[in-house]
Amino acid sequence: MTVDPLGAALPAIPLALGLAGLLLRGDRRVPAAVLGVGGATAALGVAIAAAARGPHGPDSGHVIAEFGRLAVTFGTWLDGPAGLVAVAVAVVALCVQVYSVAYLHDDDRYAPYAAQVSLFTGAMLLVVASGDLIVMLVGWEVMGICSYLLIGHDRRLPEAPRAAVKAFLVTRVGDVGFLLGIVLLGVRAGSFRIADVFAADLSAGTVTAACLLLLAGVAGKSAQFPLHTWLPDAMAGPTPISALIHAATMVAAGVYVVARLFPLFERSAPALVVLALMASVTMLLGALSALGQDDIKRVLAWSTVSQLGYMTGALAVGAPAAALFHLLTHAAFKALLFLAAGAVIHAVGTNLMASMGGLRERMPATFWTMTAALAALAGVPVFAGFWSKDAIVEAAWHATTGDGHGPLPRGVAAVVLVSACLTVAVTAAYVVRLWRRTFGGEPRSAEARAAHEPPWAMRGPLLVLAVPTVLLGFAGLAVGFSDRLVGGGWGDAEGAMPLRAATPVAHLTWLALVPLALLVAGGWLAWRRDPAAPLPDTATTRLFANAFYLDAVQDALVTRPVAALARAGRRADERLVDGAVDGVGSGARGAGGLLARVHAAALPRATTAVLGGAVVIAAVVAIVVGVA
Amino acid sequence: MTTGQTLLLATLLLPAIGALAAAGLPARLDRAGRVTGTVFAAATFGVTLLFRPPDAAPATDARIAPWTELDLPWAPALSLRFHLGIDGISYPLVVLTALLTMLCCAYCLWRVPEPGRGRLLVALLLVLQVGIQGVFLSLDLVLFFVFFEVVLLPMYAVIAVWGGPDRRRAARKFVLYTLFGSVLLLVGVFVVVSASGTGDLVALGDPAVRPMTAGMQLLAFVLLAVAFAVKSPLWPLHTWLPAAHTEAPTVGSVILAGVLLKMGTYGLLRVAVGVAPDGAARSAPVLAILATAAIIAGGLICLAQTELKRLIAYSSVGHMGFVLLGIATLTATGLQAALIGNIAHGIVTGLLFFIAGGIKDRLHTGELDRLGGLRETAPALSGVLAYAAIASLGLPGLAGFWGEAFAVVAAFERGGPLWITLGVLAAVGAALAAAYFLRLLRRVTHGPATSAVAGLGAHARLGPGELVAWSPLVVLTLALGILPPLVLSYSADPVAALAEVFGR
Repeated sequence: MTVDPLGAALPAIPLALGLAGLLLRGDRRVPAAVLGVGGATAALGVAIAAAARGPHGPDSGHVIAEFGRLAVTFGTWLDGPAGLVAVAVAVVALCVQVYSVAYLHDDDRYAPYAAQVSLFTGAMLLVVASGDLIVMLVGWEVMGICSYLLIGHDRRLPEAPRAAVKAFLVTRVGDVGFLLGIVLLGVRAGSFRIADVFAADLSAGTVTAACLLLLAGVAGKSAQFPLHTWLPDAMAGPTPISALIHAATMVAAGVYVVARLFPLFERSAPALVVLALMASVTMLLGALSALGQDDIKRVLAWSTVSQLGYMTGALAVGAPAAALFHLLTHAAFKALLFLAAGAVIHAVGTNLMASMGGLRERMPATFWTMTAALAALAGVPVFAGFWSKDAIVEAAWHATTGDGHGPLPRGVAAVVLVSACLTVAVTAAYVVRLWRRTFGGEPRSAEARAAHEPPWAMRGPLLVLAVPTVLLGFAGLAVGFSDRLVGGGWGDAEGAMPLRAATPVAHLTWLALVPLALLVAGGWLAWRRDPAAPLPDTATTRLFANAFYLDAVQDALVTRPVAALARAGRRADERLVDGAVDGVGSGARGAGGLLARVHAAALPRATTAVLGGAVVIAAVVAIVVGVA
Repeated sequence: MTTGQTLLLATLLLPAIGALAAAGLPARLDRAGRVTGTVFAAATFGVTLLFRPPDAAPATDARIAPWTELDLPWAPALSLRFHLGIDGISYPLVVLTALLTMLCCAYCLWRVPEPGRGRLLVALLLVLQVGIQGVFLSLDLVLFFVFFEVVLLPMYAVIAVWGGPDRRRAARKFVLYTLFGSVLLLVGVFVVVSASGTGDLVALGDPAVRPMTAGMQLLAFVLLAVAFAVKSPLWPLHTWLPAAHTEAPTVGSVILAGVLLKMGTYGLLRVAVGVAPDGAARSAPVLAILATAAIIAGGLICLAQTELKRLIAYSSVGHMGFVLLGIATLTATGLQAALIGNIAHGIVTGLLFFIAGGIKDRLHTGELDRLGGLRETAPALSGVLAYAAIASLGLPGLAGFWGEAFAVVAAFERGGPLWITLGVLAAVGAALAAAYFLRLLRRVTHGPATSAVAGLGAHARLGPGELVAWSPLVVLTLALGILPPLVLSYSADPVAALAEVFGR
């Protein structure tokens, strides 16, 4: 019954400070900022301590609830990936908290906002650190509700409440599967501890069913097709929240959980096939949709969908270390992209790239940091995203040629490989378009002409995040770092993932040339276009701009039928179920009234009736006596 | 008399005396009457906190092993006994009843619904408390029935006198419908007593005394289960609930949802399952199917509701569906889930009704169309509403989660196509709960303020009565979410003893 103190402190500190912050009045800015920034700083300190300590095994945990023979334990498991991801989460959270102080300088609901960011961070850290599936679910769901609260924060946007509800409900639909998957594993393994579940002797059918169910939740949280629709709408939230959701929390959670539970997924080819197909569709769909947007945040949102597809693709081809590597680099450059976009929006007063342009001279720090982040996103050599994306493409190649890990059929791996390569070209195109349309050419609005750099509280986080955006990729060349990307639970079974990385996660081969060529081609196509011109209005661009009309499909297939069913259910309840009850009541009253009317007779008729009755009774008695 | 027995008596006598004292004061001392009632309610709550489980488990084969009991002859000619006792299953419910009654009485110190005469309302609340706690403490079937009936008329009066515009109809429906359940309960009690020769629950729960045949058990279980299903309420016997809740005054709704419904689920677990386990085992699938139907139907109906209190009332149907599903599994996991679900629902839905009452008091409407933008003018009120709604939709980390999630776990533990299907449907029902509560929040708290909400002014702030009555529930919602042993540690042993009967 021991709990790793670092593992417990990691989520507990931000969660406790977040709860305390909720009690503050909305306009108490200074204590709210102290709690928020303090919580993120403390979490960062603990995370660095945990990462510095090195990989740690699962602790035995503390039992917090016993239901029959099943126990829920608060236990932690800070293996290598947990430590690294925790650091990434805490860094992004700290940047977001600091940045928000300036970004929300005139908001009278800053205090609950800062508190919810703390809760969000704590919940993600709980998912990262937890060694128990139910406790992980707690963090998983608390994150969902925090995203709901934060996306709906902005009162000036009429679409914000709807986007918030959508974000929670779409993920919650996936979470039905997630919960059932956990329940299935817990019931069959007799324990919810992850280490016990790994060690349990589960049948192949159980593992496949559980993994497929878990994937539903992963698709919801990590915005995988077909549950990705909430993420672009979530842009209604304040920009720092977008950075938080897209970089280190929420969307990263799904990928992280699959990596954490990889020993299970590795045993189920069907689950990996589903994951691979989901990933292939998601990366290309996200990239093409990004190409059709004019809202700078929506371009970035779709790019997240696409990049998450890379991570799940890496998981599917049996390279969870590459997925985690991309998760880390993506956390850095995507947080930077959103915070920089926030600086741009702050300066220009609109999200639309149509009103930007020429910001390069006016906002040099923003320009240079964002350029680095866009280069990382596209996968330009040297920048962080290049190394991690290359690792994924290479893993997909190995799985296609048959010398990779995992049971994924080679044909399906080939689908991932092709999709990943095509996506590189499309990514390059929308990145170039965004870069040129925002920063190049002449300003296209008065605000863009008058734009200037943001205050230091916003500029500082950009510069901090620029460091890993440029340099983090090189860490992948080190064996020591790659070792840390190997989960503590991997490699327990025979023929499974090795516990130590034999080679660095990033290493260059001739294979890198293919994506590079595609990158140049895609970028060149976008470069030729005039950055000031909007997209031509064709069927294709409309298809991209509306993200293949999947929102409409979801509306027609799920939302409206459920609403109709609800109305029918209410009518049936009121007319049939309650109608029957009322019918019994009015029927009884009616019968009573009828009897009362029969009895309410005038004296002559009543006398006649009494006498008649007496005669009948006398006759009956006479007959009975006579017979006897 | 031992300390435990004194405490048992005090738990019932204190509120009874308080009710008499409060009602006996003249009209000009109305406030003094309310204070008196609140003091007695607080004293009762204090008394309930003094119960302690024995250090060592008693060496008995009986399924009910009371911590302390009081067994007095009552009507020896009819072999009726005044047999009270408390154990780990009833204890959390007794504390919850005492807590909610105390909070409701305290709330009445500041806010008395029309037409005034708050001391009488407080007195009725205390009478209700006697009845409800009596149900939880009775270890004799006839005594149980008597206390079950004590509750009926005070609740009728609370709704019919202090209720909303359509109060008479709602109160009448409540009384007639639950009276129908009571008739079945009475018949069920007769069947059990005549078939086994005793009405003592401890004796009936003793494996040594198993005189009822399988057929009689099935009959007894069905009668009792239907009676308790009306009270719980179980779909499709629930339609008295929305009407009663919509019209009842705030404190009436809180007691009704918070503890009165629990008499149904407690009765099902303690009396119906405890007395007729074979009957329970044979009827369990039907019960589970109806419970799951309640979860789905409740969720769907909530999604189309347009009135605040009606919506919360229907959400109770869904939540009690989870509790009943847990009981129907007849596993230790499921029974534990049902018990913690019971308590969580009492706390969270009690809080929700308090808040709904606060909103209706201020705006004089509960129509969702006329509410909106509450967070703009009343941030504290809408914050608490959001908190309670989130707890009610079963967010992990708050009270509502454990009961719902582990009802699903218990269904999976039973295994087999039927139970797995029910578990899946129940999980879908949990997603529906999220949908309707978020719809509620979106309509009430988000968006621009409606004219009614915009004109709130100084009323927007929480009053002292609200702070006093709500904050314990807010704290408990979080505490139970983080520390489920607050309930589970008490009930583990008795639940294990009960589940053993079913070999689970």
